[in-house]
Amino acid sequence: MAHSGINILFAGQNFTRLLGGLWVSAKISIVSLVIGILLGLLLGALRTLKNPVLRTILRLYLEFFRIVPTVVLLFLFYYILPKNFNVNLSAQIVAMLVFALWVAAEMSDIVRGALISVPRHQKEAGMAIGLNGPQLYRYVLLPQAVGLMIPATINLMTRVIKTTSLLLLISVMDVVNIGQQIIEANRQVYPNGAFWVYGLIFILYFLLCYPLSAWARHLERRQNNNA
Amino acid sequence: MATPLLQVEHLEKSYGDVHILHDINLTIATGSVTVLLGPSGSGKSTLIRCLNGLEDFQSGQLTFSGQPVTPNAKTWQQLRQKIGMVFQSYDLFPNLTVLDNILLGPLKVQHRSKAEAQEQAVKLLKEVGLADYQDAYPRQLSGGQKQRIAIVRALALNPEFMLFDEVTASLDPEMVRGVLEVLRNLAQQKMTMLVVTHEMNFAREIADQVVFLEEGHILEQTPGQQFFANPQTERAQIFLNSMDF
Ligand SMILES: Nc1ncnc2c1ncn2[C@@H]1O[C@H](COP(=O)(O)OP(=O)(O)OP(=O)(O)O)[C@@H](O)[C@H]1O
Ligand SMILES: [Mg+2]
Repeated sequence: MAHSGINILFAGQNFTRLLGGLWVSAKISIVSLVIGILLGLLLGALRTLKNPVLRTILRLYLEFFRIVPTVVLLFLFYYILPKNFNVNLSAQIVAMLVFALWVAAEMSDIVRGALISVPRHQKEAGMAIGLNGPQLYRYVLLPQAVGLMIPATINLMTRVIKTTSLLLLISVMDVVNIGQQIIEANRQVYPNGAFWVYGLIFILYFLLCYPLSAWARHLERRQNNNA
Repeated sequence: MATPLLQVEHLEKSYGDVHILHDINLTIATGSVTVLLGPSGSGKSTLIRCLNGLEDFQSGQLTFSGQPVTPNAKTWQQLRQKIGMVFQSYDLFPNLTVLDNILLGPLKVQHRSKAEAQEQAVKLLKEVGLADYQDAYPRQLSGGQKQRIAIVRALALNPEFMLFDEVTASLDPEMVRGVLEVLRNLAQQKMTMLVVTHEMNFAREIADQVVFLEEGHILEQTPGQQFFANPQTERAQIFLNSMDF
């Protein structure tokens, strides 16, 4: 009997397992984005201060996370740190940690760029009514910068979601990892299983990322029209 | 003589190697209107910005209400509640409504009660003829309206001294009158003010004293009537002749 390959997706628990893997990826993305964005707001604001030491340190932090490939960061935190520092973190926690630090680094650049493009007059108008430094950021600069940050932030979100596909390398049970297991386990029955499984994974990632990137493009276009 | 509200002694200001203000000495009496005149680039904005700490200066002594000013961030932040400033560009906060623009200082800086601050804000808005615009956003207002709101925003802190740097310079001619009217009313209420303006008729009408600045030097500090009728220096004479009245 000729098997229709698509059935591999529905045999046994396969479909729910794949969705479960997707949920792991989504969870890691959400947690690291929330933490990373909040941390990035703080770091981005700090990077607009005049203190040269602080600026250099934060600049190095950004460059480190930008230059070192994400895979290497994951290996570094998963295999190397535990050995040398005797900390044992689960793969998912390591993933969240690495992604959050990475998001914070990228976010700090987005935030800084947006903050310094708020007109200087706005800062002076805030100072002239007696606002102190933190108040200036809280009530004047950040609210005006947020609009400028949103498209780049959404693009960062899609990058984070896409990059979760690397997590199988530190044995996180994400959707790609589970997909591979299913393909392996069904090699006899469904020789073409890979096509269907990866096809589904493609569609799932597309459904997660496309709306985000379309939204970012829409906002960017609107900003360019307003500018 | 009563203590002046503000006394400036031997103020020197440079940007890097460029010396902008030279030995500025200036006395501003409580309840008086001082008009600061001078050609473009003479240092008027720089001087006025030194007086509320938006620019730092290399040396010199400021005395406000008889208290010597120690120029550091903390002092300036305190003093700016007493020294209001309005700029040429009407820079309201675009993300806040008119009312929230006005209330930001009273609520967040002075920690006053919302009810009391709002009552005052509404009263001030009425005085400048904009009572109906509380909930508008700045982008919905004309330049003249924005500038009057910016003045109200500064006044809402109950300042003792107001700095105005060419507040009508970027307005359409038909908007200028309304803003000058607000300044005139303030002068009548005996607000102490330092005004930079190119509206010479208005300057002549409102000035108790005129300070004439050229290339960072104060060339004259004379009573208003005397300055316009009979300036002491040739430079001031030339400046007056160059202006349209
Ligand atoms: N941030 C700055 N850095 C260097 N030089 C500056 C700076 N700001 C102003 N200057 C210089 O200081 C001098 C005085 O400028 P200022 O703006 O105080 O003049 P102004 O009298 O207000 O002129 P205007 O009537 O055109 O407004 C000018 O020569 C100007 O080029
Ligand atoms: Mg100027």
